[in-house]
Amino acid sequence: MSATTLERNNKGTEKFSSNNEQQTTDAKIKVKNLDLFYGEKQALYQVSLDIKEKEVTALIGPSGCGKSTFLRTLNRMNDLIDGVKINGEIVIDNENIYNSSDVIKLRTRVGMVFQKPNLFPMSIFDNVAYGPRMQGIKNKKALNKIVEESLRGAAIWDEVKDRLKSSALGLSGGQQQRVCIARAIAMKPDVILMDEPTSALDPISTLKVEELIAQMKKDYTIVIVTHNMQQAARVSDKTAFFLNGEIIEYDETDHIFSMPKDQRTEDYVTGRFG
Amino acid sequence: MRKFKDNFMLGLLWFSAFLTVAVLVVIVGYIFFKGFRLINFDFIFGDYSPVGHGGIWPMIITTIYTIVISLIIATPIGILAAVYLQEYAKQGRLVRVIRFATESLTGIPSIIYGLFGAVFFVTTLKLGMSIIAASLTLTIIVLPVIIRTTEEALKTVPLSYREGSLALGTTKLQTLYKVILPSAMPGILSGIILSMGRIVGESAAIFLTAGTVAAMPESIFSSARTLTVHSYLVTQESGDIELAAAVGIVLIVIILVLNLSATFISKKLNKADY
Repeated sequence: MSATTLERNNKGTEKFSSNNEQQTTDAKIKVKNLDLFYGEKQALYQVSLDIKEKEVTALIGPSGCGKSTFLRTLNRMNDLIDGVKINGEIVIDNENIYNSSDVIKLRTRVGMVFQKPNLFPMSIFDNVAYGPRMQGIKNKKALNKIVEESLRGAAIWDEVKDRLKSSALGLSGGQQQRVCIARAIAMKPDVILMDEPTSALDPISTLKVEELIAQMKKDYTIVIVTHNMQQAARVSDKTAFFLNGEIIEYDETDHIFSMPKDQRTEDYVTGRFG
Repeated sequence: MRKFKDNFMLGLLWFSAFLTVAVLVVIVGYIFFKGFRLINFDFIFGDYSPVGHGGIWPMIITTIYTIVISLIIATPIGILAAVYLQEYAKQGRLVRVIRFATESLTGIPSIIYGLFGAVFFVTTLKLGMSIIAASLTLTIIVLPVIIRTTEEALKTVPLSYREGSLALGTTKLQTLYKVILPSAMPGILSGIILSMGRIVGESAAIFLTAGTVAAMPESIFSSARTLTVHSYLVTQESGDIELAAAVGIVLIVIILVLNLSATFISKKLNKADY
């Protein structure tokens, strides 16, 4: 056990030093030597990467490679699962998020959009106002303003403005997902994590969400997990390729897709496996 | 040949369904046919008298007392216990033991509970044969029912609701109150309806703890007679099937009204929350 850990460590440190070169001072999220275990099973090995502010970072890789697991460490959603253990550090805005115990505050700063739209069985308005209300905002005017701004920010205001009081579950899947994005925006986060946000959507809705991501980039730092390599190429500035719980390559999206350094990355992006 | 098999199976299915409905219709019809001649204003709202068929108003009131008191005690305890077991307790051996215990409790014949109630509540706690002693016994009888159904209802709340809520920086308690419990409400209510049925239908345990006094109870510390006990006693003592059937009709109507109103409330609640 100790021998393999050591080996992993060596590899990780190496990788980290090579990443160090591209490390910039304005990195919003800094991940260093992150190991994650589900009980005995290790799911992430020495993951290190820096995510710049107001950029879209895509995480790609085959199923089970750890990209979603990694994403969910960034707002500590893995805490919900019993037996998850983490080594290494994740620093967001110069604060190690696993040292501070205030996970509630972290999640108000780091929003999340899930694979399938998961609106609550409430009205559209109540869904978007849910987060702010739980923060103690009761003023009707303030809530109205937040809801409108958030829905506009998610490019869905025009479609739902006349039916804010009706059930959110009556919307189409694509509309629901954009209301989910509005719900995340309503918390005024800095970072938005998206876990395959378009995997349950039709091509037209997917396109709308992708356009939205491109717009949102100017206000938010976005990390998106995707199965769809074209999507990664279309929406992201940086791309990280995950394989078996490790980052194989992390670079500008253009580089990853046009001249990957690692053979495995090339095999994956050219569709030879995965 | 296959056609024949198909038709034969269909016939069997149809026959089973028919039989079920037929049994219900026959029983209700028989009771109604036997007893309806006795039903009139005085019979229902009159005071009991040993001569003739007597009024059953005291028994109706006693029955309502036992329902209300048992549910007032059992519902909050049951729901809180289920929430603890399902949402908070570490899923380990202790929880498994508690679950096994509650499951076993539902299978114990009510006469055993009656004996326990007669020894513990009536004698040891010196409550005497009384409505309160019977209600406490009934509380123990329906508690496992409420815990089980609430647990099942909580289990059906999708994980995505919990994740969606927690990812917005809410506390566990807020998520429980605003998202989980409202979504589980229909299931919880059906558990309460089930319990009401159990209480109204109980006779052995009440017979041993509330006694058989056929008069309007002065308080919840008085001994009194519920409808089922009354029905049992008149059959036993005077063989008056007609009177027992008339009481049966009233019981059926009470259960029907309770069920319908509970369904109505559950629909209302659902509408309020979508």
